[in-house]
Amino acid sequence: MHIVVCIKQVPDSAQIRVHPVTNTIMRQGVPTIINPYDLFALEAALKLRDLHGGKITVLTMGPPMAEESLRRALSFGADRAVLLTDRIFAGSDTLATSYALSEAIRKIGESFGPVDIVFTGKQTIDGDTAQVGPGIAKRLDLHQLTYVAAVQELDLKAGSIAVERRAEGGVQVLSTKLPCLITMLEGTNEIRRGSIEVALNAARAEIVTWSAAAAGIGNTAKCGLKGSPTVVKRVFAPKPRSEKAFQIDLSGLGPDAIAESAMAEIFKRLPSLEKELTQTLQG
Amino acid sequence: MTSKPAPQAAGGGRAGMRKELPEHFKAYKHVWVFVELERGAVHPVSWELMGEGRKLADKLGVQLAAIVLGGPGEAVRMAVSEAFAYGADLAYVAASPVLDGYRNESYTRCMTELVDTYKPEILLLGATTLGRDLAGSVATTLLTGLTADSTGLEVDADGSLAATRPTFGGSLLCTIYTLNFRPQMATVRPRVFSLPERQEGRGGPVIEHNFSLLEDDIVTKILQFIPDRESSKSNLAYADVVVAGGLGLGSAENYQHVRELANVLGAEWGGSRPLVQRGWIPADRQIGQTGKTIRPKLYIAAGISGAIQHRVGVEGADLILAINTDKNAPIFDFAHLGIVTDAVRLLPALAKAFRQRISPSTHTRMAM
Ligand SMILES: Cc1cc2nc3c(=O)[nH]c(=O)nc-3n(C[C@H](O)[C@H](O)[C@H](O)COP(=O)(O)OP(=O)(O)OC[C@H]3O[C@@H](n4cnc5c(N)ncnc54)[C@H](O)[C@@H]3O)c2cc1C
Ligand SMILES: Nc1ncnc2c1ncn2[C@@H]1O[C@H](COP(=O)(O)O)[C@@H](O)[C@H]1O
Repeated sequence: MHIVVCIKQVPDSAQIRVHPVTNTIMRQGVPTIINPYDLFALEAALKLRDLHGGKITVLTMGPPMAEESLRRALSFGADRAVLLTDRIFAGSDTLATSYALSEAIRKIGESFGPVDIVFTGKQTIDGDTAQVGPGIAKRLDLHQLTYVAAVQELDLKAGSIAVERRAEGGVQVLSTKLPCLITMLEGTNEIRRGSIEVALNAARAEIVTWSAAAAGIGNTAKCGLKGSPTVVKRVFAPKPRSEKAFQIDLSGLGPDAIAESAMAEIFKRLPSLEKELTQTLQG
Repeated sequence: MTSKPAPQAAGGGRAGMRKELPEHFKAYKHVWVFVELERGAVHPVSWELMGEGRKLADKLGVQLAAIVLGGPGEAVRMAVSEAFAYGADLAYVAASPVLDGYRNESYTRCMTELVDTYKPEILLLGATTLGRDLAGSVATTLLTGLTADSTGLEVDADGSLAATRPTFGGSLLCTIYTLNFRPQMATVRPRVFSLPERQEGRGGPVIEHNFSLLEDDIVTKILQFIPDRESSKSNLAYADVVVAGGLGLGSAENYQHVRELANVLGAEWGGSRPLVQRGWIPADRQIGQTGKTIRPKLYIAAGISGAIQHRVGVEGADLILAINTDKNAPIFDFAHLGIVTDAVRLLPALAKAFRQRISPSTHTRMAM
């Protein structure tokens, strides 16, 4: 069995700062992490390997420094890492990103053996679209299983898989054929700690690094800015409301008195609410 | 598909920056809203989108169409008549056994067939698990742009769709266009827009699409559907009163004050994203761009700074009360009422005040 897990290196969002005057994102010195959602995908893949054997290839598209995230993924137990890096990918939107990644997955299949399952996270914390997974599935004609909470059954001989998928209002149990693409739901598992031995190997491992050409991507018009149908035309700060929040007077008051004035102010502005609350609570 | 926020790319060498709509796309007209029909019921986000689609269609001087897919039977017909009541001018309908219960394969096939045949310029879907699953496949099949989880939709002077969403960084918004491809696609989360007024007695043409895909052609099978137990589900999105906490509360123990106040008010409770990441609250209690969007009458935010991803999820509230120790916290830029104080001390006091005022009977009983 051969599984590819797509991971993305993202800025640690909690520490992002926006320049107060120019409104631009200050990237310098912002630490990066593996997109947290992708770790659920990686652990799900590791669990399948525990049960069925096989190999896991982690793949990322990003700047050369994204190698760091791949090494980390190796230290959790992935077998092989591929870094797709080329200037022509800069400015990719999700259509262009899914094109580049799907071509790389094709190449991974040719180079290291046919791929049975592709895993992605549910979404990234910076792009935050949840669209790259479905994009890859469509381009590679993989059966698409999104928001998967658990893999129920994998039958490699029959080439079939059954999963629980989070749907609106309930859980769908779906079965389909391999190869498939799974976007893994958050909170479904916890990433394991690799052994010291695995970690040591990860530090020394060779990272397979491909340019667009090396990955067999001939059509550069489908990459980066050129291959992105969407255009970010404007970046702006939200308008404050015309008036700032009305501040409840605090002068010398304790919490009880402040709470009383806050409540009075709320009911003054929402006269119907008091009645509704009293009714629902007593009814 | 949806642009990664790439502010540095704005104005850069992107081929698509100027609108040069290819000849074959000029026939693409009208605004479409995908009506999400599952197990006999339409997701309310579809009607919220219908209200917004109506405004876009009116500005463009085009028609608004409802796209209704589903199994054969009464549900599809009901959904169509509701779509007219919520503002559609016409409806495209496909009813087939392979559309009974959502599956990516059959729905993607049917949607792309409809788009290729009837050529809409704008296609809107709800950003539900279903809508996002479908939108990504449809946009990739059609090789067009898609803006995910938009929080604002407008038409520009030249008739382009301008879809706005927060960008990473916590305080910026960006406006995304799909200038040279059609349709222009966007998804929008439930409750970002309000429900439009229903108008009884509206009707219009219904165009039936003959969808010929057979069950044998579909590889993915639905083995089972396990509905959520109502009791375990949060009803944040549609609650009248919501109390939420943020990192300012300092600890999971202090978060209990939020639940206590919510309890007194018969309200739903939630929080900012870091609380989910720290495991203080479950993921379905997160409020904001990547959590739930809410439109309550009253929203109480305690110890929340008011980052843009949080703001866009709560701006639809009638009244926002913010409690924060920092008088310069961004939340005071969009809250209606503010209290600059320690939320950990104020929340119990608020719970006490409300308990005395709105359920005096329980109070006396408890006092006895
Ligand atoms: C792609 C992306 C998506 C995101 N989606 C979401 C989302 O859906 N929802 C969301 O909420 N966030 C989201 N975020 C995170 C968001 O940018 C902020 O980081 C987050 O909302 C901050 O949470 P907070 O206000 O609880 O914490 P902080 O920003 O740390 O703010 C804590 C606040 O508490 C105040 N405080 C401290 N002590 C007290 C006290 N004793 N009493 C009262 N106040 C006190 C402080 O003054 C401060 O204002 C997202 C970020 C990204 C990049
Ligand atoms: N540059 C990238 N390299 C590798 N995987 C990616 C990249 N961008 C997105 N992905 C994968 O696609 C998923 C969804 O991303 P997004 O559509 O940006 O929310 C992520 O969780 C990753 O698994």
